[in-house]
Amino acid sequence: MTRAGLSALLSHWRQRPGQLAALVLGLMLATALWSGVQAINAEARNAYDRAEGVLTQGRFARLARADGGPIPVADYVALRRAGYLVSPVIETDYAGLTLLGLDPLTAPADALPGGIATETTGFADFSAQLYVSPESADQGLPGAQVLPSLPPGTAVADISTVARLTGVFDPTYLLVLPDQPAFLPPIETATDLELRLPDDSTDPGEMTAAFHMNLTAFGLLSFGVGLFIAHAAIGLAVEQRRPVIRTLRALGLPLRRLIALLALELLGIAAIAGILGVLLGYVIAAALLPGVAGTLRGLYGAPIGAELGFDPAWALAALAIALIGAGVAGASALWRVAHMPILAPALPRAWAMDHGRILRRQALAAAALFALAALFAAVPGGLVLAFASLAALLLGAALALPPVLSWLLSRARPLARGAFAEWVLADTRQQVSGLSLALMALLLALAANVGVSTMVGSFRETFVQWLDQRLGAELYLRASNPQELDRLTAILGGRTDAILPVASVDRPLLGQPGSILAQADDPTYRERWPLLDAAPDAFDALHAGTGVFVNEQIALREGLSLGDPVPLAPGLTLPVVAIYADYGNPEGQAVMGLGPFRAAFPDVPPLGLAIRADPDAVPGLIEDLRAAGLPDGAISDQANMRRISLMVFERTFRVTDALSALTLGVAGLAILLSFLTLARMRLPQLAPVWAIGQTRTRLAGTELGRSLALAALTFLLALPVGLALAWLLLNRVNTEAFGWRLPMILFPGDWLRLALLAALAAGLAATLPALRLARMAPARLLQVFVHER
Amino acid sequence: MSVRIALLLLALWPLTAGAQGFANLGTEAEGYALPDPDHVWDFPADHGPHPDFRIEWWYLTASLQGDDGHRYGVQWTLFRLALTPQSPEGWGAEQIWMGHAGLTAEDSHHSAERFARGGIGQAGVTAQPFEAWIDDWRMAGQGTDTGDALDALTLTSRGPDFAYDLDLEATGPLVFHGQNGYSVKSEAGQASNYYSQPFYEVSGTLMLPGGEVAVTGQGWLDREWSSQPLTDSQTGWDWISLQFDDGARLMGYRLRDASGPAYTVGTWIEADGTTQALSPGDLIMTPLTETEVAGRSLPTEWQVDLAGRDLSLRVGAINPQSWQDVGFAYWEGPVTVSGTRQGVGYLEMTGYD
Repeated sequence: MTRAGLSALLSHWRQRPGQLAALVLGLMLATALWSGVQAINAEARNAYDRAEGVLTQGRFARLARADGGPIPVADYVALRRAGYLVSPVIETDYAGLTLLGLDPLTAPADALPGGIATETTGFADFSAQLYVSPESADQGLPGAQVLPSLPPGTAVADISTVARLTGVFDPTYLLVLPDQPAFLPPIETATDLELRLPDDSTDPGEMTAAFHMNLTAFGLLSFGVGLFIAHAAIGLAVEQRRPVIRTLRALGLPLRRLIALLALELLGIAAIAGILGVLLGYVIAAALLPGVAGTLRGLYGAPIGAELGFDPAWALAALAIALIGAGVAGASALWRVAHMPILAPALPRAWAMDHGRILRRQALAAAALFALAALFAAVPGGLVLAFASLAALLLGAALALPPVLSWLLSRARPLARGAFAEWVLADTRQQVSGLSLALMALLLALAANVGVSTMVGSFRETFVQWLDQRLGAELYLRASNPQELDRLTAILGGRTDAILPVASVDRPLLGQPGSILAQADDPTYRERWPLLDAAPDAFDALHAGTGVFVNEQIALREGLSLGDPVPLAPGLTLPVVAIYADYGNPEGQAVMGLGPFRAAFPDVPPLGLAIRADPDAVPGLIEDLRAAGLPDGAISDQANMRRISLMVFERTFRVTDALSALTLGVAGLAILLSFLTLARMRLPQLAPVWAIGQTRTRLAGTELGRSLALAALTFLLALPVGLALAWLLLNRVNTEAFGWRLPMILFPGDWLRLALLAALAAGLAATLPALRLARMAPARLLQVFVHER
Repeated sequence: MSVRIALLLLALWPLTAGAQGFANLGTEAEGYALPDPDHVWDFPADHGPHPDFRIEWWYLTASLQGDDGHRYGVQWTLFRLALTPQSPEGWGAEQIWMGHAGLTAEDSHHSAERFARGGIGQAGVTAQPFEAWIDDWRMAGQGTDTGDALDALTLTSRGPDFAYDLDLEATGPLVFHGQNGYSVKSEAGQASNYYSQPFYEVSGTLMLPGGEVAVTGQGWLDREWSSQPLTDSQTGWDWISLQFDDGARLMGYRLRDASGPAYTVGTWIEADGTTQALSPGDLIMTPLTETEVAGRSLPTEWQVDLAGRDLSLRVGAINPQSWQDVGFAYWEGPVTVSGTRQGVGYLEMTGYD
C-alpha cells in the first residue's frame, strides 16, 4: 500500500513535468542566491582572518622613521640592548608580491602567520623557507611553500632569507611587543623613531561589515522570493492531487503515512534542488567574487583573492537551507492535507476566499512596520539600526501591498462601465489574495531595484564630478628623493603651466589612522577643491597656517564642524576651516598649506609634483620622464587615473547590479508560477462568464490586461518604496558604512525601463495561461457545470 | 651538566622534540668539533665562544640573603646553538642565542626568556674584555688586570616583573670537572668540556614588584660546550651545586635513564679549589618530598649521600614552586643544605612531565 501510495503520488510529476521543474527551480534559485552570497561572505571573512594573522593590518605598535626610510640594523640592536622588546620587519616588493621578512626569534608569537608554528618543524626550517599565499603558488618562486593562512599577494620569510633575496638589509619598521620588561622608561623616550600605535579601526572585518550585510540582505531577499515560488508550486501540486489523496485515503492508506509519504517526496525533491542550488550558488559566487574582491580592495584595502575556495561546511549549510526552505514552503500544504475531510468534494477550489479580515490585519501590521522604519531612520545609531529600518520598510511595503491593491480596486468600482467591467474589477480584487505572494515578491524586487539603482546612480554622478574637481592637475609625479625631484623639475622646465609640489605624511588624526596632505597655493586647488563646507577665506587661512581642511570621513566620525581644533603635530593644533569630499578613502585626511606643512614637518620632503600643462603636451612629457629613468609607477596622468577610478567604481557596484537583476528574474518566475496555478483554479469563475456570452478570446485578453494592470499598480507602489530605500541607503547606510553622505539624484529614465521590465515579466507570465484559455475546448468549460459542486 | 643541551634543543625544536624526545639531533656531531680529552686550556680565549662546537653555555646561579631577612636566588644563563658548523655574519648568521633568567623569592618565582641571532650584535660573547650578553642582559668582566678575566663580574637582567644588578667577586680558582675538564656524560661516552668558577661572593640589588632588596650571597658559574647531546634513553636530570659554610663545594647530577639506572657523576671541590672527580655511582641522590608544581609532581627535597666522605645531606628548596616558565619549562631554584654539612646551593630538575 505504501509503495502504491508513493507511486500514485509521484505519478503526478510525470504528468506535469513543468510543475516539477518549477518547484525544483524555485528551491534551487532560493538556495543558489542565498548560498552564493554566503560563499562570497565566507571567502571574504576567511581573507580578513588571514590578513589579521599577518602584520599588514597593524595589530602591533610600530617604530618607523618619520621619512619612511629604512632603520639601520645598529639602531635596532641599540634598542634591544637598551632592554626594549622590539622585532625587526623588512617589508619590500619582490616578484610582484609584498614580501615580509620577520625575525621569529624576537617577533611576538602571534605575529607569525597562522600555520607557521605548526606546519614547520622549527626555526632552522623556517629560516630556509619562503611562504606564499595559495594565490601565488604558481608564480614559480624558487623554494616557495604555500601557506593557506597568508593573504593574497603576500609572501613571508625569515628576515635573513628576505635580506638574501632582495639585498635589503635594514628593517622597514620595528614591531613593539605589547608587554615590555619592568622598570624601563617609555620606549618613545629612548628613540628618535616615530611610535605608531596599533590602529584598531583598520580592521577590515568591521569596516566591511556594511558591505557584507548588504550582500546578505540581498541573499535573504532572493531566498524569500525563491520560497514564494516553491510555496506556490507545492500548493498547486497538493491542490491538483486532491482526488488522488482522497482516493488513497478511501482505499485505507492511514493519514499519518500519507503525510509521511508527501513529506518524503518533498524531502527528495528538496535534496535534489538543494544540490543543484549549491552548484549554481557556487557558480554565481565564483562569477561575482572578482567584482566583490575588487570592491573590497578598492574601498577598504582588504586583501581578497579572486578565486573561490570550496568549503564542504558551506555546501552542507546551503543544503540545509534548501531543506528548511522546502519545509517552510510545504508546511501549509501538508497541514491542509492533514485537515482535509476524507470525503471532501474532489473539486479544486480557489484558495481562501474571505480575505477581508486578513487584509485589515496586514494593513495594521504594515502601518506598524512603517512607523518602526521611520523611528529607526530618525534615531542616529549605527549600521544595525539603519538596516533594521530598511528591513522594516521592505517588509511593511510587502504587507501593505494586498490591502492597498484591494482598496484601490474597490475605489475604482464607480469608474466601471457596464456589467462586464464591474465583474472584471470585482474578479481582480478577488484574485489579489491568490496573487498576493507573487505580487509581494515583485514589489520587493522592484523596490530593491529602484533603491539600488538610485543609490548607484547618485553615487556615480557625484563621484564623477568629484573626480573632475580632485584631479585638477594634468600629470602627477612621485620622486624617490629630493635630488630626483630637482632633476625632474629641470626636465619639465618651461614646458608646463605650473609645477606644484605635493607632500604627505601618514599620521594618526584624533587617534585614528590618517594622513596629512600639503597643498600648494594655486588656482588649481582654490577653484576646484571639492569643498562641502567652508569658512569664508578658507584658502587664505590654509596658506597662512591658521586653519586646516579635513575630509568628510573624519569630520563625520569625530563630529567635527568648522572651527573645531585638530591636533596635527606636537604643539600644532589648527581649527577646521573647510570640510571636503574624499570618496573612496576609508581613512581620515587633513590638508595643510604647503608652507605651514614644511614648517611643521621639516623632515618630510615634498616628493610629489602636480603638473598643470596643456593636455595635448602630456604624452610628450611622460615620454621624456620615462626616458630620464622615472619608473612607470611614479607617473600618473589625469586621464589614466580617471579611467582607473571609474573602472574601480563600476566594478564596485557590479555585484549589486547583478544581484538586483537576479532578484528581479526570480520575482518574474514567481509571478509566472502564480498565474499558472490560479489559471487552473479559476475555471469555475470563468465558466459562467463564458456561458453568458463572453468569448474565450475576450476572456483571455481580459486576463492578460488584468495581469498587466496588477503589475503596473505594483510598480507604482514599488516606486515610493524604492525611493525611500534609496534615501535610507544614501543617508543612513552609506554614512555609517563608508563615512560619507551623498546627494540623492533621481533617474526617471531608469524607472521607465524598470516599469517596462515589470510589465514584460507580468505580460509574459500571463500570456501562457491566457493562450490556454483562448484555445480551451468549450467542453472543458462546460465540465465545470457538469461537476456540480 | 651537559644535560642542559637537551633544554636548548627542546626550546628551539619544540615540535620534533615533542615527538622524538631528546634524540632529535641524533648523537652524531655531523661536522662539528668534538670535545677533546687532551684539550689544552687557553684563557681568556676559552671564556669566549667556541662556534665550531654545536652547543655552549654561560650559566650562573647565586643563592642570596636579602637585607630584609629573606632568602633569594638568581639565575642567569646564555646558551649558544650553532645551526650549522659555519658561521656567516649578518641576519643569516647560523648561531642562535638564548637567554634564561630567573629570580626566586621565598613566595614567588619570576622567569624570563630571550632569543637572538648572532651576526648583528644583539647577543654574543667576547673573551677579551669578557662580556656575554643578550639584549640588555649582561655578564661582563670588571676589567681587573690581575687574575682571571672571570674573577670580577657584573651581572644584570630584566624580566616582565623583575630585574637585578649584581657584582661578583671570585675568592678561589677555576675548577675543571671530569678529567681536566673533559666530562663524560654516559656509559656510551658522550662528553663535554666543562669548567666552573664556584667561589663567587655576590652583592647587589634585586628589583621586585614590591620594591628593591639589597642582597649578598654565593655564586657559581658553569662553562660548558659540546657537540653531542644525550643518549636516546636519557629522559631528564637532577643537578645540584652546593656551597658549604666551610668553603668546600659539591657539583653533582643524576641523569635519569628510561632503560636502566640513573647515571650519577659529580665533582668534590675543596675550599682551596683542588678537585676530585666522583666515579659514576659514588653520589647517591634520593628524593624525599614531592611537590605539585605546574601540574606535575617534583622532588623538592633530597637526601644526598656521598660514599667515602661520610656526607649525608638534606637539600631542600627555598621555594618549592621555582618553576622556570619559559618555552621549555623546568624547575630551577635556590636550596639550603643541612645534615653533616651546612650551606646553600642550587637545584635544577628537568624532564618531569
